[in-house]
Amino acid sequence: MLETTTPAPAGPLYVADASRPHRLERALEDLATGFSRWRLAAALARLDIRNRYRGSVLGPFWLSLSTAVSVVAIGLLYSAIFKLPVAGYMPYLAVGLIVWGLVSQTVTDACDSLTSAEGVIRQLPLPYTVHALRCVFRNVAVAAHSLPLIALVFLFCGHLPGPEALLAVPGLLLVAANAFALAIVLGMVCARFRDIPPIVGSVLQLAFFISPVLWKPELLGDQQAWLPLNPFYVLMETVRGPLVEGGVPGMVWLSALGFTLLTCALAFAFFVRFRGRIAFWV
Amino acid sequence: MPHIRAEELAIEFPLYHVGARSLKKRLLARTPLRLRQDESNRVVVAALRGLSFAIERGERVALVGGNGAGKTTLLRTLAGIYEPVAGRLEVAGSVGSLIDPAAGMDQSSTGRENILLRALYRGMDDAEALEMADEVGRFSGLGEFLDVPVRSYSAGMQVRLSFAMATVVTPEVLLMDEWLLAGDADFMQRAQERLGRLVEGADILVLATHNTQVAREWCTRAIRLEAGRIVADGPVEEVVVDSPPLAPLGVGG
Repeated sequence: MLETTTPAPAGPLYVADASRPHRLERALEDLATGFSRWRLAAALARLDIRNRYRGSVLGPFWLSLSTAVSVVAIGLLYSAIFKLPVAGYMPYLAVGLIVWGLVSQTVTDACDSLTSAEGVIRQLPLPYTVHALRCVFRNVAVAAHSLPLIALVFLFCGHLPGPEALLAVPGLLLVAANAFALAIVLGMVCARFRDIPPIVGSVLQLAFFISPVLWKPELLGDQQAWLPLNPFYVLMETVRGPLVEGGVPGMVWLSALGFTLLTCALAFAFFVRFRGRIAFWV
Repeated sequence: MPHIRAEELAIEFPLYHVGARSLKKRLLARTPLRLRQDESNRVVVAALRGLSFAIERGERVALVGGNGAGKTTLLRTLAGIYEPVAGRLEVAGSVGSLIDPAAGMDQSSTGRENILLRALYRGMDDAEALEMADEVGRFSGLGEFLDVPVRSYSAGMQVRLSFAMATVVTPEVLLMDEWLLAGDADFMQRAQERLGRLVEGADILVLATHNTQVAREWCTRAIRLEAGRIVADGPVEEVVVDSPPLAPLGVGG
């Protein structure tokens, strides 16, 4: 064609060809520009939190406060039910509830990652990655308000984690990677099928009871060998184990890594295939 | 060289929540023109159908046509928001789209915070953002209101802020919806001048408008869309001559 042989323009060039969609290149470009513009995602996440708690005195600390009340109440009750020493059970429960809170809030919010940005998506050309990052940032920021609570419980119960506590950092990174992947995949699926968010809600509720948040894996006896098949448990454990139990079995790390790769691969496949349709779905 | 080329460009909006078979049938029977069923049995609205055109550097194109003709959809497609389902589109040059004034505005943030946010949306660095804040603050004439949440602005003040934010950069390809030309009278005076400069500075202008007077004043060429198709394309005098004149928006003179 004559047009394509003319000298390439110096400025940016946008080509959309339905017969040659170049989906992979576009998805990669979206991810690259999206991550390079993390400051926008962070600014939007800050606004989200500010708007959500506008006029509230405690703001996101309400969540920490209610977690604190749960930790004390459930801690006293369940340590009696399970016949565990309170000082040993409390730190386990506190970290467990906070990490569970982060996981479940993020998963619920992930369903909304794209539909809540509808106004922007249909008006401004922007990498979709920015919206997923925004979702991850706002949930991590809200959960971070509960960090003082962990320190408080540890102090109160005289629990001092050893140097292996640093392993909670890679654990948190795994959680963040999953959160990002879910924000993409659930964001897309929920934009297309509006029945998914209630299903996700039910699954989360079930997951809370079948994952060791309140109870300890030891209580399962020999059956606990099956636990690494529960993605909620392994991801939670990579953060809780290093902080509370002096480490995590290799099997749990392996499983957590496996699940992370799986969600990321799924998200990437979805994103490559259906990215171009998002603007029509939201 | 900035240019826009479209070959057989098509955009279809799927109607996902038309589930019931009978409803589907009725919809399809009633409006055979733009609603149809695609390969996977979805009801789709053909928003744009088989558009072919080329816009070269220096052209100022008015997109004219009635409500629902596809003007805004075409602007959004040119901006890269909708990906075509068929055909090919090539847009060379930096694109500035002034489609919706309120897009990306946070109502509970102050004017200044919104300007900095807009700068982030545009991928500017800190120095550029502060420069933009100064420039927008000066032009909008909002003064002390810049540090008040946008929620408490009057409609006119919001338009001033959006207008100032939208027009602070000069892109090579400028995509514009008509809203920019509707503002309160005293602000319009300054807005006119600014818009004129912006249009002069851009290499290509594509302006969606209902208003024949606006089209005549700002554009050299017009493309008339009807039900998602191009029905006329040529010099602005030829294409917009037969449309009934609407009430002027204060752009005359």
